Amino acid sequence: MNEIKKLPDQFDLKELLTIDQVRANIAVEDWEEAADIIGELLVEAEKVEPEYVEKMKQALDDMGPYMVVAPGVALLHARPEDGVLEPCVALITLEEPVEFGHEENDPVDIVFAFGATDKESHIPALKTLAKQLKSKDVIKAIRSAQTDENLHEAFLTTHDE
Amino acid sequence: MRIATLCGMGFGTSMMLKLSVEDILEEEGIKAKVESWDLGSHKGQQADIIVAPDDMERHLKDSESKVVLISRLTDEEEIKEKLMKVIREMED
Repeated sequence: MNEIKKLPDQFDLKELLTIDQVRANIAVEDWEEAADIIGELLVEAEKVEPEYVEKMKQALDDMGPYMVVAPGVALLHARPEDGVLEPCVALITLEEPVEFGHEENDPVDIVFAFGATDKESHIPALKTLAKQLKSKDVIKAIRSAQTDENLHEAFLTTHDE
Repeated sequence: MRIATLCGMGFGTSMMLKLSVEDILEEEGIKAKVESWDLGSHKGQQADIIVAPDDMERHLKDSESKVVLISRLTDEEEIKEKLMKVIREMED
């Protein structure tokens, strides 16, 4: 564990993903409940309007479960005009994985949600997110985190490979 | 060469794919313009190759572009293997 370093600040992911937008080990019945819970974190923090949560679910319903971007990992979002107040990201892990309807990547136990205010400004944060999701060490640390603090740290820590 | 990445809204999943595709092209020394498209506006646009999540297949049935379908969108090896196969076929 001694080769761990923090991500550079310029990516803003650290600033975006504050501890109150992180929940570890949540029990849910289905993907819709997972979407409601992660959406509520963003609504409570006044980052998105309540309608944004419905739009995220609608997007998945309308366009298919392609948002399950990797085995066990879903990345939910809707459009900037669907009620984003500030750029934001949230992360929850599920006590028991649930089906999102993806042929290969189900079931899901790691759920991200993000809100972007335009089509460009979130790209650096998305780039960092993609980099983190590519790391098996990061995914492993996310899955084994039992508290919100551990989960927050697991996601924002980068590993030398 | 013109390459497009596609997803429902054009700036989440397709943007992540675009970033990976650009990295791969740079590594391989291939010059191409990469843009991200959404389902609402992709019809009528032209690209040599479209890279999309595999459950977008039904939306690409009539496409005249070469289509590369990806299941693990964070897996750069999968994207590289499938994309480079198509690029090499086009070069032959």
